[in-house]
Amino acid sequence: MPYRILEKRELVPNTYLMKIEAQDVAKAAKAGQFIILRIDERGERIPLTIADYDPNEGHVTIIFQIMGKTTKQLSKMSEGDSIEDFAGPLGTPSDIEKLGTVILVGGGVGIAPIYPQARAYREAGNYVISIIGARSADLLILEDEMAAVSDELYVATDDGSKGHHGFVTDIVKEILDSGRDIARIVVIGPPIMMKVAAGVTKPYGVETIVSLNPIMIDGTGMCGGCRVSVGGEAKFACIDGPEFDASKVDFDLLMSRLSLYHSEEKKSAEEYEHRCCEGECKCR
Amino acid sequence: MPVRQKMAEQKPEERIKNFNEVALGYTAKEAAIEASRCLECKKPKCVEGCPVNIDIPGFISQIKVGNLDEAVKVLKESNALPAVCGRVCPQEEQCEKRCVLGKKNQPVAIGRLERFCADYEREKGVPIPKKPTPTGKKVAVVGSGPAGLTAAADLAKAGHAVTIFEALHEIGGVLVYGIPEFRLPKVIVKEEVEYIKHLGVDIKVNYVIGRIKTLDYLRKEFDAVFIGTGAGLPKFMGIEGENLNGVYSANEFLTRVNLMKAYKFPEYDTPIKKGHHVVVVGGGNVAMDAARCALRLGADEVSIVYRRSDEEMPARREEIEHAREEGIVFRLLTNPVRILSGDNNEVVGVECIKMELGEPDDSGRRRPVAIKGSEFVVEADIVIIAIGTSPNPVIFADSKELEITPWGTIIVDEETMMTSVNGVCAGGDAVTGAATVISAMGAGKKAAVTINKYITEGKSTKD
Repeated sequence: MPYRILEKRELVPNTYLMKIEAQDVAKAAKAGQFIILRIDERGERIPLTIADYDPNEGHVTIIFQIMGKTTKQLSKMSEGDSIEDFAGPLGTPSDIEKLGTVILVGGGVGIAPIYPQARAYREAGNYVISIIGARSADLLILEDEMAAVSDELYVATDDGSKGHHGFVTDIVKEILDSGRDIARIVVIGPPIMMKVAAGVTKPYGVETIVSLNPIMIDGTGMCGGCRVSVGGEAKFACIDGPEFDASKVDFDLLMSRLSLYHSEEKKSAEEYEHRCCEGECKCR
Repeated sequence: MPVRQKMAEQKPEERIKNFNEVALGYTAKEAAIEASRCLECKKPKCVEGCPVNIDIPGFISQIKVGNLDEAVKVLKESNALPAVCGRVCPQEEQCEKRCVLGKKNQPVAIGRLERFCADYEREKGVPIPKKPTPTGKKVAVVGSGPAGLTAAADLAKAGHAVTIFEALHEIGGVLVYGIPEFRLPKVIVKEEVEYIKHLGVDIKVNYVIGRIKTLDYLRKEFDAVFIGTGAGLPKFMGIEGENLNGVYSANEFLTRVNLMKAYKFPEYDTPIKKGHHVVVVGGGNVAMDAARCALRLGADEVSIVYRRSDEEMPARREEIEHAREEGIVFRLLTNPVRILSGDNNEVVGVECIKMELGEPDDSGRRRPVAIKGSEFVVEADIVIIAIGTSPNPVIFADSKELEITPWGTIIVDEETMMTSVNGVCAGGDAVTGAATVISAMGAGKKAAVTINKYITEGKSTKD
């Protein structure tokens, strides 16, 4: 059963939002979960965290940045086109309850999965402080949406073109230093950002949760390709996660495993570009 | 009496360069000669050895008289997947082991004849089966491997509306992600699935039960449920270095190659590390499959590391022989101690230790004991762990009533395959732990009988 693209928008350069028609996935989805899609018969299965879902309308929102061949190909698809496979929801949902004040940190395209969490934490009765960041102002996504579900919203950019000039973790540290009572911190973004955040929050002893994005195939625990080291134990991110206690995650191992197929990914993307230019796709 | 007919095969030096099927099947003449060897025993022992009780002398006698259509019909009465079973069943442990000819001579090549019939039918075009009269009852089948496909086929033939829920994007379970193309061409699985679709079975792919729908939901929406989710969770050894880049579970390696067609990268998008020196840990069929795939991907040397001796290897003899012919190196009585890392978190070798066989253990096999001080290093850039799998817990995520063993397998009544939840049967590797295709099919068949009885008579056979 193909899954139709109902809406497509380029949020900022190279980052796209798509609403995908998938009734049963939308009905079952919860914050913190992900989907795995495969564009066509020859496609790779790639995991993407769910950015939003509407059980009534029967669609799921994904937000992705162009990274390699699959995301590039996906970015060229249009409203009305269909994706061959869209499996989900996968992973254990976030454990969201009323805790008090919660900080949600999203970096880059990681703001997408932070959004439904912020909303769910707020609906559960928490005071939500959101901190979002990007390299520069023109790459920042979902600012308005985040503002609508947060009690406080802070922005950081690497180049200072908007909000705090620096990293999201600087703001986290500032809030923790101010002595405010923080019950939990959730951080989603590039692995290096999550690693830094884990280091920043550790001395304060505040529970910090990260959502990991290792390489996956099936997403049901079958291949073990997504194994990560948490507290010295091998865990499968697809079924034991994707969320883990940040203080226990071996981020260096995660980053190393993520780089495993760099040369193949490059080759695949180049081949695709080449095919593109021969007019086999819709790039023009 | 003629001798047992050999089956043609691709030559080892050719086949290691392709993923095409190794065994090529009988010609009509060879099949006729082989069939003529069957004594058509009054009390056929072979049938007792078959987990789905195929009328073996029945189909072979039809080959003898040249009535292949009838032979196919007899086969399909008890086996919905003859082309698969003819290829991957361990006949030497089952039907052929019991063949009376085998006592003094070689047994009838039952598996090859089964394959011959199924291939004959496929080449001719499988007739579309008639849809039975609907009973109005609905059955959910979770998992589309051999157990699920068999249960689905039998229940559909009985007239029930069957829906299969499959987690992956393709139907067939281990038949498509696990067993390689050169042992079981995927087009064959596709055709067998087409047959089941023609019986009216509705198939939903990309449905991970336990996530998208719960077992409790299926119980409410359907009159009965069959769980055939397999044993998909790969085991690791728990030794140092298993998370290094270049270490794969056999499941991941085989899934990339078979399901995702990584051997056709970059024509297909999924990549795989090919490796120069590949070490596969384990001695079962899965280890043989992984080793032979690695060789076909272009490795310079592939070796199997197994802690016991040749005799104890659980793989089929035929597969071990095929692997040997292809040049796979067997490092027997050898156990990995740790996996060695290079500067960039990548595998550079495996430290192994020599073993010797001691007293028999619980399984009756002699226990391997490490020989102190015998450590040595095998150079490797890819390591594949093929030491077994355990059932996947995802399906039970929301069902507390379903009783499972401490090892994660589902508890069933062995006669009926009914679980602790009324109206829910289970079978295959999810119940037994990793076993064979045909034993899973046998369980699917048994469960279909139970479910049929349960929904038509409104009671459990336990009552």
